[in-house]
Amino acid sequence: MADESSTTQVYRVYIKATPQAIWDAITQPEWTERFGYGGSAEYDLRPGGAYRTVSTSEMREAGAAMGYEFPEVMVDGEVLEAEPPHKLVQTWRMCMDPRLMGEGFTRVTYEISERNGGVSRLTVTHELSGAPMLAAMVSGHGEEQGAGGGWNFILSALKTLLETGQPMLHG
Amino acid sequence: MDDDDRVFKALADPTRRFLLDLLFARDGRTLSELDAELEMSRFGVMKHLKILEDAGLVVTQRSGREKLHYLNPVPIRLIHDRWIDKYNERRVSALADLKHDLEKGKDQSRG
Repeated sequence: MADESSTTQVYRVYIKATPQAIWDAITQPEWTERFGYGGSAEYDLRPGGAYRTVSTSEMREAGAAMGYEFPEVMVDGEVLEAEPPHKLVQTWRMCMDPRLMGEGFTRVTYEISERNGGVSRLTVTHELSGAPMLAAMVSGHGEEQGAGGGWNFILSALKTLLETGQPMLHG
Repeated sequence: MDDDDRVFKALADPTRRFLLDLLFARDGRTLSELDAELEMSRFGVMKHLKILEDAGLVVTQRSGREKLHYLNPVPIRLIHDRWIDKYNERRVSALADLKHDLEKGKDQSRG
């Protein structure tokens, strides 16, 4: 029943920005800290290269203030393909929670293409076979419980940041 | 027609909402799989899917010889976020106005 096509999630957004600006926002820490769940992305952008998103010191301090030990590594994985600024394929494992981490590595593909009028199209394909908890999380099903709005929220925030230069007000 | 108009227009039809519900229940379906759930010509289903695709609510991907349809919820999220931001701004500016009025009142009573 849970064949590959039905456990894959696809998200698409049009952003008034160049493919390079979108590529940088996904791969450069000074950008990744400013949208979505935040954190600093560290990429070795070649096949086999390491990827991880680490928490910022502000996040760890805020966590400590609430009595929660915020993990250093939030997400990790490996770069499978990198064709800047158009295509990035990588494995992706959520490390914030032992149960999610136990679901292992999933696969994320970012595709960026230039459209008319200075607009680019970003498509995120997340292959989630064998990761039902993570699938629920990244689809935003846990938003009311404080797990955040998943890819929807991340891409909406990315669009706001790139189009206005300002982070989205709420999160 | 702007992007939001296309989304609202696409959602203003029960067949198209049903197609989105089908994809919500199980994503990544072929035209035949969607077609089988509806009492409608295949051409009719294709027309509805085209409107959903133009609105960005459905994204198709090729898998071998098949074209798979995926629900893309981002356009609805964008409308949601824009409205929430708008209301927040109004709330914030209303509070700022209130503060301003109260402080002005205070100054007047003092002076």
